[in-house]
Amino acid sequence: MSRPLLLSVALLLVASACEREKRRFDDPAGAPPRDSLRLTELEPGKVTRPESSAVVYEENASAVSEGKRLFSAYNCTGCHASGGGSIGPALMDDQWRYGSSAANIYATISQGRPNGMPAFGAKVPPKEIWELAAFVRSLSGLLDKSVASGRDDHMQRKSQEQATKPAKPRGGQAKPPGG
Amino acid sequence: MQANDWIGRHSVLAPVGPEAERIHGLWTFMWIVCAVLFVIVLGTLLLSLNRRATGDTRRATLVVSGCVAATAVILGVFLTYNFSVAHVLTDTPRGALEIRIVGHQWWWEVIYPSGVPQNQVTTANEMVVPVGQPILTRLESADVIHSFWPPNLMGKRDLIPRETNERIFTADTAGVYRSQCAEFCGYQHAKMTLLVVAVSPDSFVRWLDHARSAANEPSDSLASRGKELFLTSACVMCHTIGGTIAGSRTGPVLTHFGSRASIAAGTMANTRANLESWIVDPQRHKPGTLMPGATISRADVAAIAAYLESLK
Repeated sequence: MSRPLLLSVALLLVASACEREKRRFDDPAGAPPRDSLRLTELEPGKVTRPESSAVVYEENASAVSEGKRLFSAYNCTGCHASGGGSIGPALMDDQWRYGSSAANIYATISQGRPNGMPAFGAKVPPKEIWELAAFVRSLSGLLDKSVASGRDDHMQRKSQEQATKPAKPRGGQAKPPGG
Repeated sequence: MQANDWIGRHSVLAPVGPEAERIHGLWTFMWIVCAVLFVIVLGTLLLSLNRRATGDTRRATLVVSGCVAATAVILGVFLTYNFSVAHVLTDTPRGALEIRIVGHQWWWEVIYPSGVPQNQVTTANEMVVPVGQPILTRLESADVIHSFWPPNLMGKRDLIPRETNERIFTADTAGVYRSQCAEFCGYQHAKMTLLVVAVSPDSFVRWLDHARSAANEPSDSLASRGKELFLTSACVMCHTIGGTIAGSRTGPVLTHFGSRASIAAGTMANTRANLESWIVDPQRHKPGTLMPGATISRADVAAIAAYLESLK
């Protein structure tokens, strides 16, 4: 290969990894706009996908790893264990009552949900909720394997690195019941 | 405590206790011996530049053998002295006061254990010790490897996750001695200061007694509002204030925060203005720190800062 070509390929590879490894100390996304959240795919006409500002968190390894730290620091493990669920539902499975997109999970964490999910909106800043949402998505294998957070020493059914789902991040919303 | 008290003579050349003095003595001995040897070697080298080789191999062999023997003897002396100092440093004298230090990214948790659970004291970033009493520090880490190093008092000792290391030091003179984290532990490794405050034994007993008490009730309306805000916003997710519902252990304990000399492990002096600035945007002062910024109004920040400063 010629030298300029080699150089540009190398630069391209470096540039693509830079975003994944970048550490953000500010909050680029803020809270998501309320009307972008949808809990179901059922709608007349063509299904449109709203723009998600969560991409900046989902494709960032540092954000997912921060989400993992916050998951135990804020005691999500108290009800969800390490994703397998105990008195709260499992987070590493395919069942999403309120939607699996990052914005949906953001709303779940922020607003709380019936039967026990507390509302953390006033207690956890938006950046950290995004990081937690990214981590929760990683528990189900919905994120790219390259942003997987480190493996724990304790027992786990599956880590993000063992995910068998497609490698690209999925914006999927909740499946309608029965289908 | 004044804001500048903690910028003292932070140096290994200013030992304040017997352990530090032993290390200082060893260092001085090695320095003098090595300086003398350096002068001798350099002098001999310069002299030899002016001389012609005489071909007297017997004399040359004698001189070289003599120098090798002398080197071996000097190294043996260094070794013996070194071992004797190390032996003293790892000795556990009786009557030592036990203090647990847990390293976090990027702050120090200091725990005074007690057989009676309600007498246990947990504080952060400042360690008050009595003068003249050996302190047995039990060093642990909550995340990565840190290292505790108050140069005036002792050498470095690492805080390793899942291990408990121990090291004794004694402060013979009252004062404030700064310690620095001495093992790279992440983004803010440089801003991880633990102040060792040595006070008279009576002052220490009084301090410990007070430290066991719950946090002060706010005395004015601004501090009351601050307490109410603290307990209903994001602060409770990470901080503990003894005697209130705030009980999380993710971040430093704030029960007697008002009497600390610094904010965020030596990042800034503990003044009202600095505290307000810190609460609003910690990332500006200590980028990468685990405390997120607060999206609350200026008046609310002032109230919370007033409350925290009142926790003496």
